Amino acid sequence: MLEPVVATLITSAARILTGARSLWLGCAPEPVQRIYFANHSSHGDFVLLWASLPPTLRTITRPVAGSDYWLKSPLRRYIINQVFNGVLVDRERKEPADNPLQPMLDALENGDSLIIFPEGTRNPDEGLLPFKSGLYHLARQYPQAQLIPVWIANLNRVMPKGRVLPLPLLCTISFGAALTLDEDESKTHFLERSREALLSLAGEHA
Amino acid sequence: MDRQTLMLFGAIGAFLLLASAIGFVLKRRSHGSPNPVIDNLNARINAWWVMVLVIGIAFLLGTTAVIVLFYTVSFYALREFMTLTPTRRSDYPALVAAFYLALPLQYLLIYYDWYGLFSIFIPVYVFLLLPILASLGGDSTHFLERASKVQWGLMIAVFCVSHVPALLTLDIAGYEGRNLLLIAYLVIVVQMSDVLQYVCGKLFGKRKIAPNLSPSKTVEGFVGGILLASLIGCALWWITPFTAWQSLLIALLINLLGFAGGIVMSAIKRDRGVKDWGHMIEGHGGMLDRLDSVCFAAPIFFHLVRYGWT
Repeated sequence: MLEPVVATLITSAARILTGARSLWLGCAPEPVQRIYFANHSSHGDFVLLWASLPPTLRTITRPVAGSDYWLKSPLRRYIINQVFNGVLVDRERKEPADNPLQPMLDALENGDSLIIFPEGTRNPDEGLLPFKSGLYHLARQYPQAQLIPVWIANLNRVMPKGRVLPLPLLCTISFGAALTLDEDESKTHFLERSREALLSLAGEHA
Repeated sequence: MDRQTLMLFGAIGAFLLLASAIGFVLKRRSHGSPNPVIDNLNARINAWWVMVLVIGIAFLLGTTAVIVLFYTVSFYALREFMTLTPTRRSDYPALVAAFYLALPLQYLLIYYDWYGLFSIFIPVYVFLLLPILASLGGDSTHFLERASKVQWGLMIAVFCVSHVPALLTLDIAGYEGRNLLLIAYLVIVVQMSDVLQYVCGKLFGKRKIAPNLSPSKTVEGFVGGILLASLIGCALWWITPFTAWQSLLIALLINLLGFAGGIVMSAIKRDRGVKDWGHMIEGHGGMLDRLDSVCFAAPIFFHLVRYGWT
């Protein structure tokens, strides 16, 4: 009952604090199944990306988050499970037999869109870390979903790693053009190509 | 509101009605075909309605509301400046101090009418505090540059802008209770100068006055805009403690300062590779795009009035 209210509170706060401006540069905000992949510098990333989607898209879009961080306290568990309906993945992979991508594939089969951070961890510096291979496997195993690069500009300055009080600087969220995995494209090539596509959005936010 | 304020806002309303009518006719004559100049003109006029409405409401509510309004204006200006100014992770404490300490304190000093500290708080105390905070991070990369940027942002967006509501603290003999009109005078003259420079430039502009810094500004726009706006300042002498002649010369001075402010702020934008400071005011750009001339005119206007009329 309370979850939509909490979600509205959190997204409104994020939007007011950062002035969140969405630029739909390469695609339109349409209700089609998508995997949004973005740069990751702060725990606020998925909140801001989610908040910058139109309300109709928010209901079908689920953030993918690391269970090691989000299951640590009851508050985090509540936020990621109840409020944002997140898809939790095990980054440490305690059971090597499990396919870590299975929760994401289940969500995709269910018709949901996903928000993922292919760097795998928060990047405190400029630019992008090398991509983990999850993005490639998702594209290979579930080609129906559009792959949309999303650059989140400035949020690393709003909430630097390890700081509590956010700064009210302006953030821009740029949505790029959809990528498709070619029939015989190698993993390395695809990951590099998608990383370049995301990086090229970084300069366009001004 | 007293009679003069009402008359003033009535005149502004009539002026905006005329502008909206002109915008409407121009749009009709272009037969619906998209014309970026006319669309931008109409967006600007609509934004002016909103800005006049906001200022009008603050005037109705009184002194505290006006201080809060300019606090908000400073906040938006500071966030635009800091967003465009790259800082490093170790600047975080300095930026926290800028947003959460210097900005509110500067406006509290106006509210409590503590002029002595108001005039030196940011230029002296914050000036010393910021580099101390920045040094805590132990990061010497571009140190002077980073410290200067945060200080500069505070000077422009907070210190300079705060001199507008600070006009309310001046005690001018025979002008008691009318200080809001001094704010109206400053804002109207400087903003009309911007508008008329834009109009004169669009109508007669040929020679660029500072092609490398601000490519849209022309000699014709500069001369026409400043002269006409100074005449408007002269015509507004009845809302000020000045005589008509004084009002003309003061208007000329703040218009020249405003023009220089526009050039300086444009040079910063150009260096950062952007056209506008932000996007919050449709057709105008950001808060700082609308405010650049006021930033440079306000402190000098404040001191002129303070030394000459109090």
